[in-house]
Amino acid sequence: MNPLLECEKVTIKFGGVTAVSELDLHIREHELVGLIGPNGAGKTTAFNLITGVYQPTAGSIAFGGRTTAGVKPELLSLRGISRTFQNIRLFASMTVFDNVRTAMQGNRAQRVRDALLRGKSFRETEARVKHEAMELLKIFGLDEACDAPGKSLPYGDQRRLEIVRALATQPKLLLLDEPAAGMNPTEKQQLMELIRFVHDKFGIAVLLVEHDMKVVMGICQRITVLDYGRKIAEGTPVEIRSDPKVIAAYLGKEEG
Amino acid sequence: MMRGKEQIFLLVAIVVAVALSFASGAFNRYYLGIAVDVGINIILAVSLNLINGHTGQFSLGHAGFMAVGGYTAAKLTLLYGALLPPAAQPFLFAAALLAGGLVAALAGLLVGVPSLRLRGDYLAIVTLGFGEIIRVIFQTSDFFGAATGLTGITKMTTFGWAWALAAVTVYVVACLVNSTYGRGFIAVHDDEIAASAMGINTVRYKVTAFVVGAFFAGIAGGLYAHHKLVLKPDGFDFVRSIEIVVMVILGGMGRTAGVICAAVILTILPELLRGVAEYRMIIYALLIIGLMLTRPQGLFTFGKKGGA
Repeated sequence: MNPLLECEKVTIKFGGVTAVSELDLHIREHELVGLIGPNGAGKTTAFNLITGVYQPTAGSIAFGGRTTAGVKPELLSLRGISRTFQNIRLFASMTVFDNVRTAMQGNRAQRVRDALLRGKSFRETEARVKHEAMELLKIFGLDEACDAPGKSLPYGDQRRLEIVRALATQPKLLLLDEPAAGMNPTEKQQLMELIRFVHDKFGIAVLLVEHDMKVVMGICQRITVLDYGRKIAEGTPVEIRSDPKVIAAYLGKEEG
Repeated sequence: MMRGKEQIFLLVAIVVAVALSFASGAFNRYYLGIAVDVGINIILAVSLNLINGHTGQFSLGHAGFMAVGGYTAAKLTLLYGALLPPAAQPFLFAAALLAGGLVAALAGLLVGVPSLRLRGDYLAIVTLGFGEIIRVIFQTSDFFGAATGLTGITKMTTFGWAWALAAVTVYVVACLVNSTYGRGFIAVHDDEIAASAMGINTVRYKVTAFVVGAFFAGIAGGLYAHHKLVLKPDGFDFVRSIEIVVMVILGGMGRTAGVICAAVILTILPELLRGVAEYRMIIYALLIIGLMLTRPQGLFTFGKKGGA
């Protein structure tokens, strides 16, 4: 399979603090990769680097063979990188349906003029957007709540809606930032199934940042472990589970 | 060709406005004048609502845009009005209003672009500064009559012009916002980081909001100039901007229908209070404080948020 995301020796410094140091991260098309590490290891920073929120101090990132240096998040989204957020960031004043269709508009050639003239092509586009958004919501069982404010959904559904919204941009790579945060074991189990389903159904690559070992070990094909901004291990879940460096990073090293 | 309900609304509103305008002889001139004020304020409030309400960019510079449009339009009719035959006057007026709107839109672009890096209070301060600079420019420019302002402007604004253009403003803002494209304005208002992660060009939306908002403020300025017949720089100070902001907040940020109602009420209210002249502004201020304490979400919450 072709490489989709290639991070080469990516480093970012905030003042004197090196948040991510010489990170190599490669994701192939349709791969499900986990990124784990203790608190403050630089996982979310790595996400922000990949999605263009931050620019690396050194090193390079390429997506689909093209460099992402200096490319704004909205353009990376159009190229096929989509994400969810650790602390859910739905569009608070919008309905469930509007949250989804807002994410669809980046891929449509609708402009001010179309919106004002409301001609035939405008109405056709609107009808198609509505159809596609509803189909997507239906897959995730959120179609009945389409007119409810996004923020009024139960917590687990908000997480799901955020994934639906991310999928609405038609990504090639979906980044999930701690989707299991604040979930109980049953919800986590459902989430694992959901991520696996999204990965299979949409045929996209997924990069999952997660704290919860059970979730990551359960679904990821490959795992990268970060500690203090550095990659300390990489491998299959089985390899990671028995890696002494990973165990030390999570549980602390035995003295002496 | 089949048309949507939005276009029917626009057509009906314009026809009604123009028809009433032809019958204007039957109405009391004082009330007619207030009705024109209401129309102008609807244009101002609804256009500011696109910037402050829907897009969430707190601007205090609307009076500045209004001044740009007003002075431009007035100067044009003063320069060319006498040269043209009476039959051409409405066309001159239309061209002057359009020119005023376009120059104001250019000013909107000039303010919008550098303001993009600023948020909240900082943006408010920059736009406030812009409004004051505009006022001072007109105050010191001899071409625009300096501190005395422009006088002898021909009466051209009628009820029909004001309300037809108010209808156009409502149509444009509502159509822009109520579309998949337009959800981008609300997305910028709700969460810029999430918006850009979802492929929304936040910069473009903010500049569009400023340009469209400023354009209609400029049109309103042109109507105002040919309604009051005198333009003074003092009329466009930041108090004027605040008045428009109050209409938007009172109407419920991002709710077009509510903002229209607020514009109507806040224009008529000071007139109703003329009887108690010296306490007028105190009562007006108290009413606003009271309303904000009891209805912080806006006086009117009907009409879905972000919708018409």
